[in-house]
Amino acid sequence: MKQRTRNWLLLAPAGTWFLVMLIVPLTVVLIFSFGERGASGGYVPALTLEQYANLPARWTAFKNTMVLAPAGTMAALLIAYPLAYFLAVRASPRWKTILLVLVIVPFWTSILIRSYAWIFLLGGRGIPALLGWAGLEDIRLINTPFAVLIGIIYGYLPLMVFPIFVSLDRLDKRLLEASSDLGARPWHTFVHVTLPLSIPGIATGCMLVFILLMGEFLIPAMLGGGKVFFVGNALVDLFLQSRNWAYGSAVAVTLVVVMLVTVTAYMRLIKRLGAQREDVAIM
Amino acid sequence: MNSAGYIQPEANVRQTAIAELKGVSKHFGDVIAAQDLNLAIGEGEFLSLLGPSGCGKTTALRMLAGFEAPTSGEVLLDGEDVSALEPYHRPVNMVFQHYALFPHMTVAQNIAYGLKQRRPRLPKAVIAEKVSHALEVVRLDGYDRRRVWELSGGQQQRVALARAIVNEPKLLLLDEPMAALDRKLRKEMQLELKTLQRKLGITFVLVTHDQEEALSMSDRICIMRDGRIVQVGSPQDLYDHPSSRYVAGFVGTSNFFDGTVTARSGNLVSVRLENGMSVETSRADGIDQGQEVCISLRPEQIRLKRSGEGVPVSVTNRIFLGEHTEYIVNHQTLGEFLVLSPRQSELNEGQFDTGDLLVASWEATAALALDRT
Repeated sequence: MKQRTRNWLLLAPAGTWFLVMLIVPLTVVLIFSFGERGASGGYVPALTLEQYANLPARWTAFKNTMVLAPAGTMAALLIAYPLAYFLAVRASPRWKTILLVLVIVPFWTSILIRSYAWIFLLGGRGIPALLGWAGLEDIRLINTPFAVLIGIIYGYLPLMVFPIFVSLDRLDKRLLEASSDLGARPWHTFVHVTLPLSIPGIATGCMLVFILLMGEFLIPAMLGGGKVFFVGNALVDLFLQSRNWAYGSAVAVTLVVVMLVTVTAYMRLIKRLGAQREDVAIM
Repeated sequence: MNSAGYIQPEANVRQTAIAELKGVSKHFGDVIAAQDLNLAIGEGEFLSLLGPSGCGKTTALRMLAGFEAPTSGEVLLDGEDVSALEPYHRPVNMVFQHYALFPHMTVAQNIAYGLKQRRPRLPKAVIAEKVSHALEVVRLDGYDRRRVWELSGGQQQRVALARAIVNEPKLLLLDEPMAALDRKLRKEMQLELKTLQRKLGITFVLVTHDQEEALSMSDRICIMRDGRIVQVGSPQDLYDHPSSRYVAGFVGTSNFFDGTVTARSGNLVSVRLENGMSVETSRADGIDQGQEVCISLRPEQIRLKRSGEGVPVSVTNRIFLGEHTEYIVNHQTLGEFLVLSPRQSELNEGQFDTGDLLVASWEATAALALDRT
């Protein structure tokens, strides 16, 4: 068999998947977004920008997504980094394994069930009740942006921990000794050696979490209680409740565009930050 | 250990010791990595720690650098106890085995790293000047903006060296720096390192398992075994006056014959070998009558002749090496041993071939009676 033929065969399964599951649906959504809502819902072919003109009506969903997705990513990073650092640099081999398993364990249960637990914890009889005993009355947690943020951090932490852990674990520990040998105090070694060399892990973790968060709808639906909703919730609402497929498509296309722009800008930034390093180029 | 284990000839005792290990031991759990090390390192000298892997040489080096704290004993630097001092507080720098260059920095940034840690801060211009000077010293001028992963192994090693010497450390530690280089490059670097050390006047402590490397570069060699120091001395001292069979075998090659001391007279000792043969040997300290010893006889100290006084041997192998020839000869009861003949002796006596029956002889002072350990 010729090399070319073989290459095509190797690409065929993934290529087909890509076409059927991504290109075709996206094209359909793009076409729908220029259409109109049928009398009893669904879609009627048309060529109008009316749906896009209506976008401001869903501004809150976009605003929430664009604020809470980056905020959640940052918060997850700030919590995940020390944990990953401890796992990779400080923990003894035995503890490393145990702690890594503990990071994965939550994945064994559905996020739905774990979110119910948070509904209880953040609800009136959970943490607010404890705070009430401590004298802090009338603190509402459930159905607030804070609750959604908590849910996001909780759900996405492992996704952030792993890439950072891998980059720190791979880090040649002799570099840390070399830095110390050259007179750098521990904090300086961290800032000038450890941190720059873990940028690939940070970049991967942030990208992973951010992209998934942009499309998130379960956590805001459960912990935001209809008060704090993402674009994802707006989409569920438009397609399933009000059956306005054309408008829903316009919102979906806008979300994809926003995501593409943000991620491209992010990749540019990372590339510039990591310009000194070969292996950041994978980003 | 041999009671004569610590030979330090007068000529090599330096006026001032820049660093000193005093009764230093290091235990990792049950493992004893270093046991009661006593070693004074003279200012400006090139000292090698030589021994097989696991002999404690790297542990000793890491204790000088501050990466390991001794379990007991003191590490002195310039007369001051630094045992509890962190590596970043010690005026000591290290060239790591695999260089440990910072991959996210340029060559110049790597070299400037130590200088940038100084407090009060050095002016940028001073740092730049020192860096470019260091690059010149290791003959890498013009490489300052290169990425370290673009460089060859030899060049990386020079950068590692420059990164260390630019700080003008009181002690430069080298952890098997030549291990990753090919043979030819290693030879070149050895020579260069020695020249550099003389020029800079910095005290070098080299860890190596390569006796040739240690012999060719060091002012003094410290031979280690199982976490202990066996003998310290100049390369010649160790070669001519090894304190034990271990040292004689580690520094150069030698022929060994086991025997028992039967008599002592003046500077000579009589030893009866296991085959019943009696030989006269040069006397070493701490060798007593009746003691089981090992006789060391360097291959180049043995003369081969067609006839005359000596032990009868037959040639089993001849390897021509240019300036000298290596013979493996066989004695009926002593077994095989090695003889190194200069080219001139072959020219005088005519070439010896495999199977020739010859006579081997040596001066009584050339044979050494040694502790068997």
